[in-house]
Amino acid sequence: MVSTETFHSRVMAILADVPDPEIPALSVVDLGIVRDVRPDPAEVILTPTYSGCPATAAIEASVRQALDAAGLETVGIRTVLSPPWTTDWITKAGHEKLRAYGIAPPAPSGETPCPLCGSHDTEEVSRFGSTPCKSQWRCRSCLEPFDRFKCH
Amino acid sequence: MTDPLFDYTLRLGDDALILGQRLGEWCGHAPTLEVDLSLSNIALDLVGQATHFLEYAAELEDAGRDADRLAFHRDALAFRNCLLVEQPNGDFGRTMARQLLFSLHQKLLFEALAGSTDERLAGIAAKAVKEVRYHADLAAEWVIRLGDGTEESHNRMLEGFEWHWRFVQELFDMDELEAGLAREGIAVDRTALRPAFDAALSAILAEACLPEPDYPRPVTGGRKGHHGEHLGHLLAVMQHLPRSYPDARW
Repeated sequence: MVSTETFHSRVMAILADVPDPEIPALSVVDLGIVRDVRPDPAEVILTPTYSGCPATAAIEASVRQALDAAGLETVGIRTVLSPPWTTDWITKAGHEKLRAYGIAPPAPSGETPCPLCGSHDTEEVSRFGSTPCKSQWRCRSCLEPFDRFKCH
Repeated sequence: MTDPLFDYTLRLGDDALILGQRLGEWCGHAPTLEVDLSLSNIALDLVGQATHFLEYAAELEDAGRDADRLAFHRDALAFRNCLLVEQPNGDFGRTMARQLLFSLHQKLLFEALAGSTDERLAGIAAKAVKEVRYHADLAAEWVIRLGDGTEESHNRMLEGFEWHWRFVQELFDMDELEAGLAREGIAVDRTALRPAFDAALSAILAEACLPEPDYPRPVTGGRKGHHGEHLGHLLAVMQHLPRSYPDARW
C-alpha cells in the first residue's frame, strides 16, 4: 500500500509529461487544469479552461493514455466546472514556457511585453485569437504578430 | 408533467445552442479575419455552455437521452429557446445588434444564476459568465463603431436594432414555471434584471449616437415551442448529419 503522498506525487509526475494539445509547450499541470489527485477512490480531477474549449476531450484522452501506460488503469478521471478555471492557476514554470514558445503570458497588470523582442511597445489587434484562451497582439518595435494568453 | 428544472435547463441550453449555431454561419463569411475568429470564438463558447446545460438536462430527465440526442433529435416544437436567438444573421450590423441584446441579458442572468441554490446551474453560470463578458464587450465595441461611423453604417445599425426590438421583452418574461423555481432560489427572477439591462443598453446606444429603443408590441412564444419559420431552417442544417447517419462518429 503506497502512502497518499507517494500516490499524489507519482500521478502528478506522470501528468507533468502530458502536453496540452493546443499549446504543446505546456503540460496540463503547467496550465493549472489538474485540480486534484485523490487516492480513494483514486481519481484525477480536471477542469476545462473555457466552456467550449475543443481540446477538453483530447486532454481527457491523453491523460487517460498516460495513466494507462503507467499501469494506473483503475484511476478515474472526473471533470468539474466549479470553481471556474482562472489564468492565476498557470504555474510560474508555465509562464516561462509560454514566453519561450512565443506567447505572452497573462499579466494582471496588463503589461504585455513582446515575447520575441521584449519591447513594451505592443498593441492588441483582436481580443479573440486562434484559441478561446488567446488574443491577437502585435509588436510595434519588431513588427511581429504574437498571441497573448488572456487574463481570465 | 415534466420536471420544471429540466424545462428550465433546456431553455438555458437552447438559447446558447441556437445562437451558437447562428454565429457559426458567419465562419468564413465575416468582414475581416479578426471578426471571423471573434464570431467563431463566441459561437464556441455558446456551444460549450449548451453542452453543459444539455448534459445536465439529460441527467435530470434520465430517459436515455444524452446532450447530443437533445440537440440533434428534437423538432422545432420541442425547442425552448427565445425568439431572439433564432433570428437570421442579416448583415453584420443586425448580427451585432442581436449579440449586444443577448449578451447584455445573458451576462446579468448568469451573474445572478451563479448564486443559484442548484449547484450544477451555479457552476455552469459562474464558468460561463467570464466568457460572456467578452461577448458583451465585443458587441458593444462594434455597435459603437458602426453607430458612430458613416451614414451607411449608422443606418444599418438602426435597422439591425429595429428588427430585434420586438424580441427583447421575452428575455425578461417570467412564467409560472420560472417563478416557482425562482421562489426556491433555483431560477433567476428575470424581471429584476431589466433595470440594469436598460441602463447598460442606454449608455451604449448614446455612445453609438443611436436613439433610445422604441419597443413595439413584443413577440413571444419561444419558451412554449412557438417558433418562427427560421428555426426550422436552422435545425435542418444543424441536425442534417446526425439524423441522416444516426450512429455517425467523428
